[in-house]
Amino acid sequence: MNALTLSHISKRFGELVANDDISLSLDKGEVLALLGENGAGKSTLMNILFGHYVADSGSISVFGDVLPPGDPRAAIARGLGMVHQHFTLADNLSVLDNVMLGTESITRMRTSRAEALARLRSLAERFGLQINADALVRSLAVGEKQRVEILKALYRGARILILDEPTSVLTPQEATQLFATLRQLVAEGLSIIFISHKLDEVLAISHRVAVLRSGKLVFEGPTQSATKSSLARAMIGRDVESSGESRADGRRAISEKPTLLIEKISAQGEDARISLHDVSLALRAGEIVAIAGVSGNGQSLLADVLFGVERPIAGHVQLNGEPVALNASAMVKAGVARVPEDRQHVGSVGDLSVWENAILPRVSDARFSNMGLLKSNAARGYTRELVSKFDVRLSSIEHPIRKLSGGNIQKLLLGRELSESPTLIVAAQPTWGLDVGAVSFIHEELSRAAARGAAVLLISEDLDEVFALADRIAVMSRGRLGKALPTGHWTLESLGLAMAGEPSEHAGADNHAA
Amino acid sequence: MRLESRTAVSRIAPLYSGIGAILFTLAVSGLLIFWANADVLSAYKAIFEGALGSRFAITETLTRATPLILTGLAAAIAFRARLFNIGAEGQLYMGAIAAVAASTLMMNEANELALPAPMAFAAMIAAGAAAGAALLLIPTLLKTRFKVDEVVTTLLLNFIALLFVSLLLDGPLKDPAAMGWPQSPTLPSELEFSKLLDRARVHTGLLMAIGLAILLWFVIRFTRFGLAMRAVGANEQAARFAGVGVNFTLIKVALISGALAGLAGVGEVAGRTGYVTLDMSPGYGYSGIVIAMLAGLNPIGVVFAAVFVGGTIVGADAMSRAVNVPTYIADVIVATALLAVLVAGLLTRYRVVWRNPKVPGGSR
Repeated sequence: MNALTLSHISKRFGELVANDDISLSLDKGEVLALLGENGAGKSTLMNILFGHYVADSGSISVFGDVLPPGDPRAAIARGLGMVHQHFTLADNLSVLDNVMLGTESITRMRTSRAEALARLRSLAERFGLQINADALVRSLAVGEKQRVEILKALYRGARILILDEPTSVLTPQEATQLFATLRQLVAEGLSIIFISHKLDEVLAISHRVAVLRSGKLVFEGPTQSATKSSLARAMIGRDVESSGESRADGRRAISEKPTLLIEKISAQGEDARISLHDVSLALRAGEIVAIAGVSGNGQSLLADVLFGVERPIAGHVQLNGEPVALNASAMVKAGVARVPEDRQHVGSVGDLSVWENAILPRVSDARFSNMGLLKSNAARGYTRELVSKFDVRLSSIEHPIRKLSGGNIQKLLLGRELSESPTLIVAAQPTWGLDVGAVSFIHEELSRAAARGAAVLLISEDLDEVFALADRIAVMSRGRLGKALPTGHWTLESLGLAMAGEPSEHAGADNHAA
Repeated sequence: MRLESRTAVSRIAPLYSGIGAILFTLAVSGLLIFWANADVLSAYKAIFEGALGSRFAITETLTRATPLILTGLAAAIAFRARLFNIGAEGQLYMGAIAAVAASTLMMNEANELALPAPMAFAAMIAAGAAAGAALLLIPTLLKTRFKVDEVVTTLLLNFIALLFVSLLLDGPLKDPAAMGWPQSPTLPSELEFSKLLDRARVHTGLLMAIGLAILLWFVIRFTRFGLAMRAVGANEQAARFAGVGVNFTLIKVALISGALAGLAGVGEVAGRTGYVTLDMSPGYGYSGIVIAMLAGLNPIGVVFAAVFVGGTIVGADAMSRAVNVPTYIADVIVATALLAVLVAGLLTRYRVVWRNPKVPGGSR
C-alpha cells in the first residue's frame, strides 16, 4: 500500500504556477528524494501537504485516506512529520520539554513527565537516536538538535517524515550519522521524503528520485537509473542554450585594465552558516560576468559587500584602480550602480513616494537639494523623465512606491542607477519573479550598459539568464568563488555540478581568478 | 476571523472612519457615565461646556494643551523615525529643572539677573531643551551602538529623572522660603512667559508650541533631513542601502525629540507654575504618545489632538463638579478615542472576514 499519494496537485499564485499537475507517490519503507532549484515548487508542495496552503486542484491521500485540505492538525494526526531546515526548538527548554511541547491538552492539570520520558527513551532506543533528555537544547550541537527534531516528529506518531535540506546545517560526519539514522527509520517501516539539491546525497540515500523544475515534475524514477549529470540536467532544464549564441553581440570593447578588482574578500553573514572565503574577481569595462550558484552559498553576502551594506572581515575592493570604501554612500558617489535582490524591501522604501525613492540615494546631490532643502520640483521632473525613459507604468509619481508592481519598481530602480552612466553595475537577481516582458527589458538594458562600457557583475540563480547575458561565468559554492571562465567553456552539466560543489575539470580546482 | 486587504480604498473612507470613531467613543464612555448613575446627555454637555463653553474654559483648555502639543511633537517625530521615545515625561522634568537651575546660575548676590533679560531668557530655554535632548541621547546611543531596546531604557529613565529631580528639590535646588516643601526657587518674573490674555493662564508658550509644530511639519516634508528620517522610519534596511546615515539620523531625531519634551517642561515652569514640584506634570509625557498616535504622527494634527485631550481633561473636571462622575472618565474618553481611531484606520485599509479562510497565501 502507498504511504502517501499526491495526485494532480496544482497551485497558482497570481501569474505564477508554483505547482503544475504534480502526481507523486511514496511507498512504505521508501526514501524519495525531491530535487529542484530554488523556486522550483518544492516548498509549495510541502506546504500543501501540511495544509498550510490549499491546492487549486488535486488531492492527497495518506495510507489510503483522503487528507482534508487546509488542515495542518489533520496532516499531523495522520502521521506526517516535518523536520525543518531551520529548527523549531525552544533553546531554553530541555529536550524532553521540547518534545512534549504542544502534545498535552491544556485542560489537563498535570503533566505526566515520567510517562513521556519513558516513551521518548523507547523511541530513541528503537531508532538509534541517542540523546540526553534532560539536556538544555541550547547546549546541543547542531546534529543533536536535528535528532531532537526527528524525535519530536516520531513522538507525535509520524510515519512519514519529510526532511527539508537536512544536511545543509551538518558537518560531513554528522551527515553520515544522519544517513545511518534514516536507514534505520526506513528499516522500521517509516517512509521518508528527502528534500535536497546535493546530488551525492540523493544518490546515496534515496530509493527513488523526483525532480521539480518551474513547478512541473520533470523526472521521476528509481535512483539506480539516475546519474549525477542526468539529475543536474533535469534540475536545470534541457532547453537552455549552452553556447554564447544568444548573447548580445557587438559590445566586446573590453579593455585590459580592470574596472572592478575584488581581492581576497572574506566575510561572515548574519546567518552563521553563510560566509565568504578569499573571494577574488576582476571585471573589465564592457563585459558581463555572472556569478552562478545555488542560493545560500554566499552570493547574497558578496552582493551586500559590494553594495556597501555588509563590512568584510578581510580583503579589499578597487574601482578603476582606486581603493574604494565599502559603504553605501561612498559606492554611490564612486558611480556604482547597485540593483539589490529584494527590490521591495531593500531597493525601495515602500511607504515613500515614487519620486522620493527615485532621488533617495543621491539626495545630497546639488540637483536634488540645496542647503538641506529638497528641490522637489527638480526631483519630480527627473522622476518623470526616468518613468518615461524606462517605461515605468504608474498612475502618479506621488503614490507610495509599494503600489507599483515588482516589474515597475525594478524598472525604476534600474533606471535611477543606469541613468547616472555608471562604470560598474552590480545586479543581484535582477529579474527574479518578474514577468517575461520586464525580464527582457532588463536584460536589454544591462547588455546596452555593457556595450556603453560599463562593467556588469550579474549575480543570478537563473541559469537561462546567466547563459543569455554573461561573457564569463564563475560559480560560487560554500562561500568560495571559482574561476570566471568564458561562457562557451561551460555546459549545463559542468555548471550544475560546479554549483552542487562537485569539483570538475572546469571549476573548483583552482580558486583564484585574476 | 482574519483581515483581508481592501483592494480599493474609498476617498471618503477616512471621513466615515473618523465619524465612526467619535460615535463609538461617545457610546462606550456614555455607558460608563450611565453606570455611574448620571444623566449621559447632561454629562456630555457639562464636559463640552467645561472645555469650550466660555472664555475661561477655552483658555484653560489651551493652557493644558500647551505642554501636550510639545510632548506630542516629541513623540511624533521620534516615532516617525521608529525611535520609540517613551521618556518624554522624564525629559520634561529635566527641561523644567534645567530652566530653574540656569536661572539660579544667572543670578547675582542681590538676587537679580546678572544678564540682560532677553539673553537670560534665551539661555533658560536653551538649557531646558538641552537637558531634554541629553536625556534622550543616552538611550539613543545605546540603541545605535549596542542595539539596546530604547523602549525599556527611555521608560526606565523616566524614574531615574524623576528621582534625580526629587534629589535636587530636597538639596541644592530647594527653595528655602518654601517652608520645607520640596520645591524649587521661583523663576524671576523677567524669565516668565508673558500671558496672552488678561485674567487667564494661557501664555506665549502656546505660540511657541504651535510655531514649532509648523516648523516640524515643514522639516519633515520639505528637507533632506525629513526625507532621511521618513526613510529610516519606514524601512531602515532600505534607507541604509540607499546610503542614508541611519545612526546619525536617529541621533539627530533624538536631539530634536528630547529638546521638544524639555521645552514642554520649560513652558510649564516659566509659563504656569513658576517653580518645579514633583507633581508638576500629570503624565504629560505619556499623554504625548497618545496624542501623537491620535494625530497619525502628523505635527499639525498633534496641535488639534492636544487641544482635544486637553479639553477633555478640563471638561471632565468641570463635569465631575456638575454631575458627580469621577474625572477618570477623561482618561476613558481619551483612551477609547485612541483605540477607536486606530481600529477605524485599520478598517479603512482592511476588511474583516469572519468565515472560512481563503487560505493564507503569500510567498512561495
